[in-house]
Amino acid sequence: MKSTSRLGAWVAIAIGTIYFLLPLIATFEFSLKMNRDGYSFEAYKVVLSDPGFQATFGYSTLMAVLTIIVGILLVVPTAYWIQLKLPRLRPLVEFITLLPLVIPAIVIVFGYLKLYNSSAWLPLTGNDRATDFLLMCSYVTLALPYLYRSIDAGLRAIDVRTLTEAAESLGASWPSILLQVIFPNVKSAILSGAFLTFAVVIGEFTMASLLGRPAFGPYLQLIGANRAYEPSALAIIAFLVTWASMGLIQVFARNARPARKTA
Amino acid sequence: MAYLTINNLHKRFDDHVVVHDFNMSIEQGEFVTFLGPSGCGKTTVLRMIAGFETPTSGHIRVGGEDITHQSPQKRGIGMVFQSYALFPNMNVTQNIGFGLKMRKCDGAEIARKVAEVIKLVELSGKENHYPHELSGGQRQRVALARALVVEPRILLLDEPLSALDARIRKNLREQIRDIQRRLGLTTIFVTHDQEEALTMSDRIFVMNQGRVEQEGRAEMVYTEPATEFVARFMGNYNLLGAAETQRLLGLNINGHMAIRPESIHVLDAHSQQADTLAGTIRQHQLLGNIIRYQIESAGVTLQVDRLNRTASDLMPAGTEVRLQISRDDMREVR
Ligand SMILES: Nc1ncnc2c1ncn2[C@@H]1O[C@H](COP(=O)(O)OP(=O)(O)OP(=O)(O)O)[C@@H](O)[C@H]1O
Ligand SMILES: [Mg+2]
Repeated sequence: MKSTSRLGAWVAIAIGTIYFLLPLIATFEFSLKMNRDGYSFEAYKVVLSDPGFQATFGYSTLMAVLTIIVGILLVVPTAYWIQLKLPRLRPLVEFITLLPLVIPAIVIVFGYLKLYNSSAWLPLTGNDRATDFLLMCSYVTLALPYLYRSIDAGLRAIDVRTLTEAAESLGASWPSILLQVIFPNVKSAILSGAFLTFAVVIGEFTMASLLGRPAFGPYLQLIGANRAYEPSALAIIAFLVTWASMGLIQVFARNARPARKTA
Repeated sequence: MAYLTINNLHKRFDDHVVVHDFNMSIEQGEFVTFLGPSGCGKTTVLRMIAGFETPTSGHIRVGGEDITHQSPQKRGIGMVFQSYALFPNMNVTQNIGFGLKMRKCDGAEIARKVAEVIKLVELSGKENHYPHELSGGQRQRVALARALVVEPRILLLDEPLSALDARIRKNLREQIRDIQRRLGLTTIFVTHDQEEALTMSDRIFVMNQGRVEQEGRAEMVYTEPATEFVARFMGNYNLLGAAETQRLLGLNINGHMAIRPESIHVLDAHSQQADTLAGTIRQHQLLGNIIRYQIESAGVTLQVDRLNRTASDLMPAGTEVRLQISRDDMREVR
């Protein structure tokens, strides 16, 4: 009985693994076949040396970093304050932060275009910098569910209220409490939210495309529509970036309670 | 003029009145205890003194200055929490130095003061340890040192020992008391353990349902309870209702009669002494140095403590005895 159920588990794992790995392996294999005479990394060479790749990947990386910074500055104090003073509002805030998962990105973008078009009271689509700013704001919205969830969980793991009160009674100002007591203790939660955000922003297509900005997502789509081998190589690269982010989350999650021992 | 005075303090959470017309005053250098059962409002009063909670009405003054609405940062009142509340990201030195850093002291001064206080709480050798590498007792001593090093005007301790095991608790409470005396620190200590309150305090405030039920010197509160509640809470008083008092002692009273178990003398059944009561031993429990008997007399069961000198002293159930209770040892309480 026991051995059959264990066998069943292994079969399920095997099927799952094949389901995920097979397309990946096939894509990888295909991406190596650009040269007729055997396997090579030719497609990767072409992709990586394409100025379009470098420009869009650089642009998206920059956007991701800005999104993460603004997101953290927005979410950490908010989640902290909710937990400390307004715990009753938490379900509401949780609901709001989940909205970007429920409302399609395309709806959000059309909303933005309506609100911030060149004839609106706050025209943000007039020039490239303003549109970049608008795009970053939409990425922050998109990242909210991931950032808020992980930071809120991180805050819940420490006794926010008592730590705050201890710091207050020792004369710490609010900025000091946030920067020296709260931030360091939710650092790993912040980082895992940040990597998740990075993975999401790097491949985002809808918003960048509709706002007409030169991001990596639209570039992927463009190459995919016009070339044969390069899209596969790009898919593998994008996949590796995402997994590197996930891997880093794991690393930081595991180091959440480091057994530091200074000599 | 007392150092800390609290007048007509009230605290309401929604419809729930938690602190009710609370009044107290303590002198500089005094060690007082808030003693009371769980939920009686001890922590709430302490949090209002520290500034973490705003009173619904009333005033708190320190050295003549009204601090009722001052922010906690400005009060200069130290707090030690039951849960230690050490900063997990800082080692012992950094935790203790935090308050000085916030006061913008220079590095050399911080190092000197931290080293001094580490010696005071006997944590030498643990300077670079992080909180999760310390035992409960050590953590609480770090928390104490962290509160002491900034030289607070008043030190508040909210059940600081209740998460520790009995031996460490005894040790640490002596250490706290010793440090408090040496520094002449005005201290309020919260506990629901009457033994802790009795051994540590200059003065005890017994609290019940958000009010001060009785205040006084430790020995007074123990020997002269003013109310039935205090008598029940402080010791193993025998509390007799009006009818029982009438039946057993032939006295007419309104409230309750409180008689401590060690003040009842047990004589043998043939004793010729005047003013004794006949009784029968029902049960006994061995409590180490004393034996506690349940003795029935006139339909009332009394707890009676006797010293446990030799094994042959023990009186088995069913033994007939005579009991002698001095009028001075009977206390009428509300
Ligand atoms: N923030 C709050 N909101 C609502 N009610 C509260 C709040 N804080 C405390 N109370 C209530 O006030 C009462 C007194 O609480 P308090 O913590 O002061 O008791 P305590 O004497 O310290 O008890 P314990 O010995 O268990 O610590 C309790 O009934 C508690 O439920
Ligand atoms: Mg309490």
